[in-house]
This record gives sequence, structure tokens and C-alpha cells, in this order.
Amino acid sequence: MSVAAQRGRAAGRREGAAGLSPTAIRVLSVMVGVLAWEAYGRVLHSVLFTYPSAVVRAAYELIAAGELQFYLKSSVVVLSLGLVLAIVLGIPLGVLMGRRAVIEHAVDPYVNALYATPLVAVIPVIVVWLGFQTKAKVVLVFLFCIFPILINTYQGVKNTDARLVEVARSFCSKEWRLWRDLILPSSAPFILAGIRLAIGRGLIGMVVAEFYTTITGLGYMIVQYANTFRMDRLFVPVVVLMMMGVALTGALRYLERRIAPWLYVAREE
Amino acid sequence: MRSGGRTGTVPPPGPTVGASMVVIDQITKNFGRAGTAALSSCSLDVPVNEILCVIGPSGCGKTTLLRIVDGLIPADEGRVLINGTEVTAPRPDVAMVFQHFGLLPWKTVQDNVAYGLRVQGRAEREIADAVPRYVDLIGLRGFERSYPYQLSGGMQQRVGLARALAVNPMVLLMDEPFGSLDAQTRELMQEELLRVWRSQPKTMLFVTHSIGEAVILGDRVALMTRRPGRVKEIIEVGMSRPRDPETVRRSARYLELREHIWHQLKVEVLEGDGS
Ligand SMILES: Nc1ncnc2c1ncn2[C@@H]1O[C@H](COP(=O)(O)OP(=O)(O)OP(=O)(O)O)[C@@H](O)[C@H]1O
Ligand SMILES: [Mg+2]
Repeated sequence: MSVAAQRGRAAGRREGAAGLSPTAIRVLSVMVGVLAWEAYGRVLHSVLFTYPSAVVRAAYELIAAGELQFYLKSSVVVLSLGLVLAIVLGIPLGVLMGRRAVIEHAVDPYVNALYATPLVAVIPVIVVWLGFQTKAKVVLVFLFCIFPILINTYQGVKNTDARLVEVARSFCSKEWRLWRDLILPSSAPFILAGIRLAIGRGLIGMVVAEFYTTITGLGYMIVQYANTFRMDRLFVPVVVLMMMGVALTGALRYLERRIAPWLYVAREE
Repeated sequence: MRSGGRTGTVPPPGPTVGASMVVIDQITKNFGRAGTAALSSCSLDVPVNEILCVIGPSGCGKTTLLRIVDGLIPADEGRVLINGTEVTAPRPDVAMVFQHFGLLPWKTVQDNVAYGLRVQGRAEREIADAVPRYVDLIGLRGFERSYPYQLSGGMQQRVGLARALAVNPMVLLMDEPFGSLDAQTRELMQEELLRVWRSQPKTMLFVTHSIGEAVILGDRVALMTRRPGRVKEIIEVGMSRPRDPETVRRSARYLELREHIWHQLKVEVLEGDGS
């Protein structure tokens, strides 16, 4: 039997009442939504509303002028620096917390307090201390990102099978080898889930920081065009942010399957 | 080692045949606040290169005993000596085969077999040489790149055995290493183990639930009481090596020993039910 036919049959099993594959239903749903928005926007014809084709036109203008790229770049720099910093510091600290009781008890009051604090409240403090430039925004994104990564890593380490830790000890594994052979692989799914959460929070932190500092970035674009009622242009950074969120979490899901295949293959068969 | 230039006795380069390799001296172990007594004044003495089989009712503390000998958990009372030194932590020359297999799910068969060697920093050349040999020995050629979840329970158990054998330890602690195998594979593995022992003699503490297995493999069989475990009786198997498991199974001595051990075990289990 041909591969295509097999795939067809496999898809056929999941067919809904309408005889459509899930992907087709998704695509159709989005198309209907976008068309409805377009029709409503054109009929309403208000300066305070906009519709997809106007947004696309605005996007084209902003790209042609180089404006979107300019602000996007500044946002991406802030987000990636903050996120990378949070990953690089959060994972080792999380492992240390999970492995060393002293560090666990010394650090966890701070972690719990800061994780519970609505971090938006500390933005003015950070701005007063660090100014309006990239540094302040990176620190904010870092603060938004680090806790889910740290806490998830810690949970993952705590979840490591104690019997496997005993196997490692039995073979006289050094602590750092234990991290590599056991702790990190076994907590990888937790860590990746933490990073996925961190991306969502990091995007929020980034935009809010840009709202507050209003010098550059996608958040600044949003504020600027909201103040001048350019709704079509306002939606361009919003859509870009949405795409960033979807793309980053999608990439992470893909990475999860690559890094931890033993978790997924077992589930498939 | 320097030749005897110095006065006095020069320490022997390796373990002396006839001396004790493992000395278990009055071990007592209780678990938790409630104080579940697992072992109570348990003593055993295993001479160099002996295979000592340990048999006893389920839950009598056999796994606990091996974990203490391996230095994984401390005893409440008593001490363990290996090759004359007291055990306080795991040692690289002692390897354990775990009842729960303990394979790393994210490593392939060959990487699991190589695990002990890698952890102990052996040369890659040695690892590349040893791994295929032990994969062959456990009959898993062709599965080198499989992950544990792709193997049956018995296959996983054999990987755990190969991992411990691969480091070529001085002392092997085996916790029901053939418990998940079918009868035929079990017999094959017993023969393989005896073959390994002949070419690289080592001291073995072999926990099993199979009376027949204990008699076929062991120089002696230690019978444990029900929990809290102590050694109730030590039985000399008294059959010469090299042994052929087939011949052993047909000997009168084998039947006599089985009968005796079976009876003693039954007493332990039945008395346990009564209390
Ligand atoms: N980590 C632990 N915490 C509390 N109790 C334990 C622990 N490990 C073992 N025990 C208790 O100690 C006793 C002996 O356990 P152990 O695992 O040594 O038995 P065993 O002889 O290996 O049994 P089996 O033949 O079923 O494997 C049991 O009653 C068990 O409940
Ligand atoms: Mg046990």
C-alpha cells in the first residue's frame, strides 16, 4: 500500500462529522474568523477600528520604512538577553537547590516571595535604578523569566528517581557526572516546560517594560500608535508579538521531542 | 609493587585466597521513626572468590543487606569489611546488580552497559572493547542502540547484569539478577555467569528466590530468617568446580539440598504468618 494511502486512512480514522481532518478544521476556523473581522471592520468604517487588510497594508508600510525591523530588533535583543540570562543562571541554581539542602533553604524564601510578587510593581524601581535603556529592560525580562525556570528545574531535580541516584552512587559517580548523566536528562521535561512558561512571561515583561520606558521596541510602537489612533499600525506589533509567542513555544515543543525522545516514543507505541 | 626490600611482611598485591573478602559483622538496621527492623545482628563471611548465595523469605532484608555492603546506606550497628577495610561509601571495585534493574531510560543499551566504565573514567579504547563483549554475553546483540523502554523486562535485567560485569569488579553484589527471566534464559545466564567467574574469578553475594539456582551457583548458601533478617543457617554445597548445571541438577546431592532448604524456608514463612 502506498504511504499516501496509509496516511489517508490514518487521517480518516480521526475524521469528524464534517469529514474533515483536524488541520482542515483549524485552517477553516481561522479563515472564517479573519473574514468576519474584515467584513465587520469594513461595514463599521470607524477610525477606532481596523480590519485585517488594513493591518497588512500598514505592516507593508512599516516594513518598507524599516521601522518595524528597527523596533523588532531592539525587542528581540532585550527578550533574548533576558531569557538566555535566566536560563544560564536559573538551571544551575535550580539544580543546586534540588541537590543541596542548605542552598534550598537559604534561597527558597527569596524565590517564593519574588515569584508571588506581581513583578510589574517593581518596574518603576528598576527604571529608577537602571535607567530607560536596554539594561533595565533586560533585567526586567530576566526577572519575569527566571522563576518558572528555576522552580521547574528544582521540581525536576526533586523528581529524579532516587533509585537511579543510588545506582550512580553505587558506581561511584562524581557529583558533576551525576548532573550530566541523571539529573539533567531526568529533569529535562520539567526544565523545558519551565522555559516555555518563561517565554510567555518574558514577552509580557518585555512589552510592559517598553510601555513604561517608551523609548524603543514593539511595546513603544504600540503606545505610540495608540496615542495617535493609528489602529491599523497598532495591530502590526501586536500580531508580530503573537507570532513570536507561537513560534518560540512551537520551537520549544520541537526541541522537547528531540531532547527527550524516550518520553514520547514510549507514549506513541 | 616493590619486591621485598623492606623488613617485615610485604602486603600481598591482591586478595589472598582463603582469606575473607567480605565480612559482615553484626549488622542491625531499622528503617524510619516507626523503626521497621530490617536486619538484626546479621553476620556473614565470604572468602575470596567464593559465590555465596543468599536465600530468604520476601521482605527479610536481603536488598537492605546488599545496600549496606555496597556502602549506599549506613548500618545502625555493626560494620562491613571489604578486603580488610571498613565500608563507609561505595567503592569502585564493588558493583551491584539491582533488583529494580536501575537502567537510565535516556541511554541506549550500549551506553547503559558502558555507564559504569564511563563513570569510573576508563579509557574509551577499553570501553569500545568491553561493551560489545558484554552485550554479546547477555545475548542482546542487535539491540545495542535500543532504549530500555523498547526491551522486555528480562532483557532490561540482563543489561543491568552486563553493566555490573563490565567494570570487572572484585566483589559482585547481585540482587535477584535473574528474577525476571524465563526458565531457559535463566539457565543460559547461570552458565554464562559461571563462565565469567572461571575466567575472571570474583567474590559474589548472590541473592535469589530460586533454591535450585542457589545450589547450582553457590559454594555455600546462606539461609535468612524472616524479618528482621539474620543468618539462620549456612549450607555447604560441596560440589566441585567447574560445575555443569545439567549434571548438578541430576545429582542426588542437589535433590537432598533442595529438600533441606525448602523445608527450612517453609518453617520461616509459616512462622512468619503465625505472628
Ligand atoms: N527505604 C526503606 N524505608 C522503609 N522501610 C524499608 C526501606 N527499605 C526496606 N524497608 C523495609 O525493610 C524490610 C526489608 O526490605 P528488603 O527490601 O531488604 O527485603 P528483601 O529481602 O530484599 O525482599 P524481597 O525478597 O521481596 O526483595 C521490608 O520489610 C521493608 O518494608
Ligand atoms: Mg529485595
